[in-house]
Amino acid sequence: MASVMILETKGLSKSFGGLQANTDIDFKLQEGLITALIGPNGAGKTTFVGMLCGRIPATSGQVFFNGENISALPAHQRIRLGIAYTFQITSIFPGLSVAGNVELSLRRAQKLKTKDIGAAVQKVLAQVNLSDRADQVAKDLSYGHQRILEIAMGLAQDPKLFILDEPTQGLSESEVEEFIALIKSLAGDTTILLIEHNMDVVMKSADHIAVLNFGELLAEGTPAEIRENKSVQSAYLGTSEDA
Amino acid sequence: MTDIQRSNWLHIGVVIALACSFFILPEYHSGNLARILVLAVYAMGYNLLFGYTGLLSLGHALFFAAGMYGLGLAMQFFDFNPIAAVIAGLILALVVSICVGFLALRTTGVAFMIVTLMFAQAGYLTILYFGEYTRGDEGFVIQQADRMVGMIDLTSPMGRFFTALLLFAICFFIIAYIVRSGFGLALVAIRENEERATMLGYDVMRLKLQAVVISGVMSGSAGAAYALLFGYAGATFATVQYSIFPLLWVLLGGAGVTIGPLIGTIFMFYLIDYSSAITPAYMLIAGLALVLLTLFAPQGLAGELRRRFLPWLP
Ligand SMILES: Nc1ncnc2c1ncn2[C@@H]1O[C@H](COP(=O)(O)OP(=O)(O)OP(=O)(O)O)[C@@H](O)[C@H]1O
Ligand SMILES: [Mg+2]
Repeated sequence: MASVMILETKGLSKSFGGLQANTDIDFKLQEGLITALIGPNGAGKTTFVGMLCGRIPATSGQVFFNGENISALPAHQRIRLGIAYTFQITSIFPGLSVAGNVELSLRRAQKLKTKDIGAAVQKVLAQVNLSDRADQVAKDLSYGHQRILEIAMGLAQDPKLFILDEPTQGLSESEVEEFIALIKSLAGDTTILLIEHNMDVVMKSADHIAVLNFGELLAEGTPAEIRENKSVQSAYLGTSEDA
Repeated sequence: MTDIQRSNWLHIGVVIALACSFFILPEYHSGNLARILVLAVYAMGYNLLFGYTGLLSLGHALFFAAGMYGLGLAMQFFDFNPIAAVIAGLILALVVSICVGFLALRTTGVAFMIVTLMFAQAGYLTILYFGEYTRGDEGFVIQQADRMVGMIDLTSPMGRFFTALLLFAICFFIIAYIVRSGFGLALVAIRENEERATMLGYDVMRLKLQAVVISGVMSGSAGAAYALLFGYAGATFATVQYSIFPLLWVLLGGAGVTIGPLIGTIFMFYLIDYSSAITPAYMLIAGLALVLLTLFAPQGLAGELRRRFLPWLP
């Protein structure tokens, strides 16, 4: 199968003062798949995807999206190329209604006539089972529903690349199952990069897995390959052969 | 009736009610109202930036004064007619707000407050420095004879009131339109969560600059109208006090509500008016009323109205 790379990084690095959060990461993301990015706490996952979407400026290295070097673009321009991002720490518009949150996402991403916006908002909310909460103020939602709302805002952007930073954290078991079904239904048209601690979600959804450890790309492969990988196992057990 | 229709009727209704009030109210109050309407335009300009975009400026007196002196100096030294002078005031306010916005928006939060305060202070000192032309604190009078637009005498109670109302209505409708537009929603998004707005693809910097400029020009239009209708321009209007006023009016009336600035300006004007009739320590009474209001209606009068009874208020 001829695989197309939607995103590529070359030598991407980030240091916070003396702390090397990401070191020289060369990474390729295959179009249309669900790729999971895993790694222990503090491995540098959030930092890495932050540099992809422009939220965190890279110390050095380059990012290519659909073959175009986007390293110099500010975040909002990268987003306009078709990237959506959900934060690890929920980030919504707390004082606006659920529908208002989604509307803001839709209006920016898609050229819609004013009269069509309402229906488009309803369609997105239906996809994530939030329809009956459309008029609720976002800050009054439960934690889990706020996270689902943020995912809905990403959906509303109809992105080419959807980056999700630990989306299932705080969701109930049934909501996690719905989430898995949702991203699987998106895959194909949308490329998904999923940071996830819940291994069950990773194994059920991912086509491909990348492992980050101490800011470096430790391993990549299919779920089966990663499960067998010795260095991945030791990274997760917190031991290392040469320690 | 949809919320949009309700909102349209509200805005039209307010303007019609104000127009009728001129014929009903005693002259003293309609005179006050003319002044209030001009100040409410200033407050509406402020509200767009503070109430909707979430940017707290402590330097709006600079924009008010830019409009005031743009008009005043053009009439005084270049014999501009009132209409051309208003345009001069607007252009000066436009230029000043672009410059201030461009520089001050590099900062956020408290730093933004301080930077805008400093710019306004610099503006005030500039007015004093060029005292030869501006007459500094003393200010200068714009002659009654110059304040004629065609057949309309802006010094007559009626000419003054309806000119103030015209300006108010224009700005009121502009604000009502903006807050319902995609642009207005984007400003609210910035107020609610700037980082999220950026990560949805909004060009936050550009939107903020546009908000500062619209807010500044509207404030400047109030300054120009004030000088024209009341015949006076002075450096007092460029002081910190005049930067604080619109903040108070908006807070009292309701930040982020289109009718908030009008309500707040009326309330504060009469609060001071009546309490100064009772005692020379009127600021004490006014201060107490403000504290009570902040405690019991933290979202301002119109904000409270929206929270309790009229959730559709734009
Ligand atoms: N803004 C910052 N300033 C300083 N250090 C930071 C900053 N952001 C992250 N770090 C550090 O960089 C390292 C990588 O952090 P990052 O958040 O990318 O890890 P992560 O893999 O997402 O972890 P987690 O699984 O806990 O979310 C950590 O040591 C963290 O403390
Ligand atoms: Mg993280």
